[in-house]
Amino acid sequence: MNELVHPLHRFIRPSSKHSTFCPGCGDGTVTQSILRAIDGLGMELDDFIFVSGIGCAAWIPSPFFNADVLHTTHGRPIAFAFGIKMGLPDKKVMVVSGDGDLVAIGGNHLIQNARRNVEMVVLCVNNGIYGMTGGQAAPTTPMGIKTTTTPYGTVENVFNISKLVMAAGASFVACWTTAHPKQLTNSIKKAIQKKGFAFIEVFSQCPIQFGRKTGVESAVQMLEDYKRRSVTPKEAAKLSDEELKDRIVVGELIDLEKPEMSEEVRKMKSKAQGGGE
Amino acid sequence: MMGNVACAEGAIAAGCEFTAGYPITPATEVANRLAERLPQVGGAFFQMEDEISAIAAVIGASWVGRKSMTVTSGPGISLMLENIGFAIGVETPCVVVNVQRGAPTTGMPTVGVQGDMVQAKRGSHGDYEIIALCPSSPQEMFDHTIIAFNYAERYRTPVFILSDAFVGHMREEVVIPEPEKIRTEYRKIPEPGTDPQKIKGFLDEDVAAMPIFGRGFKAHVTSSCHDEYGKRNLIDISALDNFIRKLSNKILKHKEEIILVERDYEGAEIVLVSYGAVARAAAMAAAQARKDGIPVGTLRLITAWPFPEEEIEKMARQAKRVIVLENNLGQIYPYIKAEAARYADVSFLPPRLVGEIQDPEDILRKIREVLK
Repeated sequence: MNELVHPLHRFIRPSSKHSTFCPGCGDGTVTQSILRAIDGLGMELDDFIFVSGIGCAAWIPSPFFNADVLHTTHGRPIAFAFGIKMGLPDKKVMVVSGDGDLVAIGGNHLIQNARRNVEMVVLCVNNGIYGMTGGQAAPTTPMGIKTTTTPYGTVENVFNISKLVMAAGASFVACWTTAHPKQLTNSIKKAIQKKGFAFIEVFSQCPIQFGRKTGVESAVQMLEDYKRRSVTPKEAAKLSDEELKDRIVVGELIDLEKPEMSEEVRKMKSKAQGGGE
Repeated sequence: MMGNVACAEGAIAAGCEFTAGYPITPATEVANRLAERLPQVGGAFFQMEDEISAIAAVIGASWVGRKSMTVTSGPGISLMLENIGFAIGVETPCVVVNVQRGAPTTGMPTVGVQGDMVQAKRGSHGDYEIIALCPSSPQEMFDHTIIAFNYAERYRTPVFILSDAFVGHMREEVVIPEPEKIRTEYRKIPEPGTDPQKIKGFLDEDVAAMPIFGRGFKAHVTSSCHDEYGKRNLIDISALDNFIRKLSNKILKHKEEIILVERDYEGAEIVLVSYGAVARAAAMAAAQARKDGIPVGTLRLITAWPFPEEEIEKMARQAKRVIVLENNLGQIYPYIKAEAARYADVSFLPPRLVGEIQDPEDILRKIREVLK
């Protein structure tokens, strides 16, 4: 009998024998979507350099992807990725990290590089909590939720991450949930091909940390919840702010053509050397 | 040429292609010059959103094979320290120029103070070794920047240039040799086509070949505790011990090749030990003292880190009295005293006002005082 091998197994680092994600975690779905997108485009992992920060989602490429991977300090993966892209503009650069890493501690690098429109894919896995450190509130934790650092309930408003990145100037922004794996895969394909800063937010269930805090400890129920709460931008346009409060606007939210920084740098160097653009 | 400009020219002469920084006095002239000159030779300077991202970008660019540098002053170094530790942990060649200024905190930006000497060695968390050079002149801003790149590439580590506002803003003649007369080094990298699973890219005391990105080495580079292959290990404390020791020993094992000093103390009973801008005043005072018939010599530390213990001991065995001079309240002094006090009387002479270089007259007064 032939051994059954997962079609994406060739992308996994041979020394990685097991997953580090908790049972029911959405990171496995995100992992599959990334690898299916790369496979679907007929690309290889050697076409990419992966960069991640600190937190559960940062472990998606590191060490699992059999590729060049830079696993960086907390909040800074986009800043490292900037140097990688400017140093080697012909490679695809993909950052995979969580909401705490990219939006809380690393928020400035996120918006500044969206503004610069540096060609890279940034995949932000939003589980609404700090999972790895044991369930502390994040800037994405809904108001009122009791977490280990907010035992009386959170008292802060949340970030709408996709809106933030759109406002900062990214040329491609999509938002999905782990209940939309096919749509997510398609958007990742588009993001990889985008000549510009391509940002994808994925709402991803964390039944262990987030679930315990909200009393919904079933991954299936959390996915059902995502489906119930998801609306398209068209539907969202008809809803009031109050009605939108608990909703997730899913879809490709923006797809623009605008000057991309590594290309502008190439032109600048040519000018400095006395040539034309 | 201004010291800061000479530093930028030194970087270009060393083959630097990627620089990133954030505006800060008194280091701006280095960045300004790099921004103008680097694109002409195919490189670039990038102004980042802060110093944290500047050092991060420099490390990223180094991992794709670019010789990289950042330049800042004390407040910027304070922000960079976490990622400088990262660069040490994953063995990334890069140069960090600190044009030191009046501190602590915002302090007095235009005044030169040697205030960040120990920060360079101990500022990031954990045990580690670092290399730091202390130029005393615009010529050395040029020369030391080239040495810094060569050390960074040879030992796969960040290398500090610990300059200050005096040396950075000083204008003197700088001789820039023909490019073919400048010796530049580049990191070892694995043979193309090496099986990625067999590459030991880390934790070799004799410096592992660097599996730079984009060459099919499939390098897993993590600042978490890892083994020789880059594989993360968060369970076994013997792996942590190996991680710490190998990184430190990589520098300590090659101390003799790294340490540079300038000795001028033959037959001297009193030796003035200093570095950077202060060494200029020490040399003047020693020359005057010798004219007056007092046997005074000098020892100038060019490499502050790794600390040149053996050089200090050798000097102290010969001298009767050692006077340490720094433009601070005594940062390297305790390290010197620890080595020298067994053999000689060791004392410290701060500047009259911190931010001022010692007046040679004051140094002569101190010499006469210790002779009593």
